[in-house]
Amino acid sequence: MPELILPARLQGIEQVRSFRAPARLDYQFTAGLATTRFLRAVAEKRLVGQRCPKCQKVYVPPRGACPTDGVPTEEEVELAHSGTVTTFCVVNVQFYGQVMELPYVSALILLDGSDIPIMHLIQEVPYDQVHMGMRVEAVWVPDDELGPTLESIKYFRPNGEPDADWETYKDNV
Amino acid sequence: MRDVAIISFAQTQHRRAVRELNEVEMLMPVLVDVVAKAGITKDRIDFVCSGSADYLAGMAFSFVMTLDGVGPWPPISESHVDMDGAWALYEAWVKMQMGDVDVALVYSYGKSSPGNLRRVLTRQLDPYYLAPMWPDPVSLAALQARAALDAGVVTETEMAEVVAASRRAALSNPSAQLRGEVEASSLLSEEYFVAPLRRHDCPPISDGAAAVILAADDVARQLCERPAWIRGIDHRIEPHSLGVRDLTRSVSTEQAATHAGVDKDKIDLAELHAPFSHQEVILRRALGLGDEVAVNPSGGALAANPIMAAGLIRLGEAATRITCGAADRAVAHATSGPCLQQNLVCVLEGE
Repeated sequence: MPELILPARLQGIEQVRSFRAPARLDYQFTAGLATTRFLRAVAEKRLVGQRCPKCQKVYVPPRGACPTDGVPTEEEVELAHSGTVTTFCVVNVQFYGQVMELPYVSALILLDGSDIPIMHLIQEVPYDQVHMGMRVEAVWVPDDELGPTLESIKYFRPNGEPDADWETYKDNV
Repeated sequence: MRDVAIISFAQTQHRRAVRELNEVEMLMPVLVDVVAKAGITKDRIDFVCSGSADYLAGMAFSFVMTLDGVGPWPPISESHVDMDGAWALYEAWVKMQMGDVDVALVYSYGKSSPGNLRRVLTRQLDPYYLAPMWPDPVSLAALQARAALDAGVVTETEMAEVVAASRRAALSNPSAQLRGEVEASSLLSEEYFVAPLRRHDCPPISDGAAAVILAADDVARQLCERPAWIRGIDHRIEPHSLGVRDLTRSVSTEQAATHAGVDKDKIDLAELHAPFSHQEVILRRALGLGDEVAVNPSGGALAANPIMAAGLIRLGEAATRITCGAADRAVAHATSGPCLQQNLVCVLEGE
C-alpha cells in the first residue's frame, strides 16, 4: 500500500488505519402457523407434516405452502419416527460453537410418509459405516426435556432394518 | 416503447405486528388475491419480480422462502431486488419492454416486527463514518425537517395538516393502520418525539405485503376493462452522504418527474410515498403539484408503512383509481433510503 501523503498541518499526527464499529441486532423469529404446529407436536414427541392438495407431497417441517405448486398446505399428516438416510456428510472440521466430538455424521433423513428429508445427526454407529439407504430411527430426549425444538430428538440411530430400496428415496438425493 | 399497464393490485391489512404468520403465510393471500383480481391463472405469468430486505427478517436470502407462495415449478423466470417493490415493478417493466414477457407478477413485503426497526435501519448508511453513530431514520428525518423549517420550505402547521389529511383519507382505506378525524391544531399541541418531529409526523411501523400484475399491449386490454397504462417511469438517486445533499428539496424527484413526463398534462391525483409529514410538502413541490391535485387519497405512508411495500402500494393505489374510472391521469411516487435519497416517479393513465 502506498504511503499516505498528508497536508503539512496534519503531518506528525498518528494516522487512523482501522477502527471497529461493532453492530448487534436482535430479532424475534416468527415460526408461523404451520411451523408452530410442527414444533408444538415435537414437544409432544410427535412428527407432523403437511400434504399439498395438488401434488400430494408431504412436507416436514411444514411452512404452510407447497414450494412446488405455491398453494396453501392444510392437511396434517402424522409421520413415523423412522426413515432413510438419503445423503450424509462426515464432519471432520472444527468450527466455532461446535459441541460434537469429531468425526461425526450429519445426514438428510427421509422420514417414512414424507417427501422431503430433514437434517439430523446419526449416532450409535461408527461414522464410516453410515451409508445411503440406511434405515434409522429417532432417539428422543427424556420426556421431561421435550420442547418445541428439533433438539427434542437427540439423534437418529440404525434401526436394524435392511437398507431401503433406491427407488424409495431416489427423488430426494 | 411497449405499452404496459397495471391491471390488478392487492395488499394486506397492514398491522403493527403480524406475530402469528411467517413471511410466506402473510404474503400468500395477497398473491392469490392479485391473480384472482386479474382474472388469470398463475400459468399466465411470464415473469415474477419481488422486493424485500433481508435486514428486516435478520436472515440471509429470506426472500427465497416467499417463492414458496409463487410455486416456482416447473422452473420460472424470476428476479428480486433488495429494494421497495416499486423498483421490482420497474425491473419488470424494463423486462417487458424487451418483448418476450406479456404478464408479470410483482410483489413485495416487509415484516418489521421481528427486530427493532429504528436500529435495523441504521445499517442503511455507510459503514465507515456514519454506522458507528447508529443514525436511525427518525433522527435523520428530523434533521431534514429542521433544515426545511429553517429554510421556510415548510411550516409545522403544514406538517400537521398533512397528518390530519392522511388520517381522514385513511378512513375509507380498509388496509390502513392509522385513521381518524383529527384537527391539525390539536396535533400541534402534542409533545415533540424527535424535535421538530412529533410522533404523528412519523410513519407507523407496519407488517404487510402488496402485489401487482402488469400486462402488455392487447393482453392488458383483454384482461382489464380499463388498464392503468404506465406512460412514463423513471428513478434517480442522490449521494448517500447526507452532507452533500440539499435536504430541503428533492432533486432526484424533480429529475425523475421530468423524465416520466409528469408536466405533460393535467394530473388528477398523486400517491406520494412520504413516510414523514414534511416530506410530502417537499415532494409536492418537486413534482410541481398544485392544490387541485388530490394527494394520497389512500392516506399514504403515514397511514401504513410496510417497509419495502409502501412504494409499490402507491403505484397500486393510483392504478386502482384509474381502473375504476375515478381518475384519468395519476402520478405515483416511491422513495428509498434516508431523507428521500432515491425516488421513483410513474405516470399512469386510463384510455
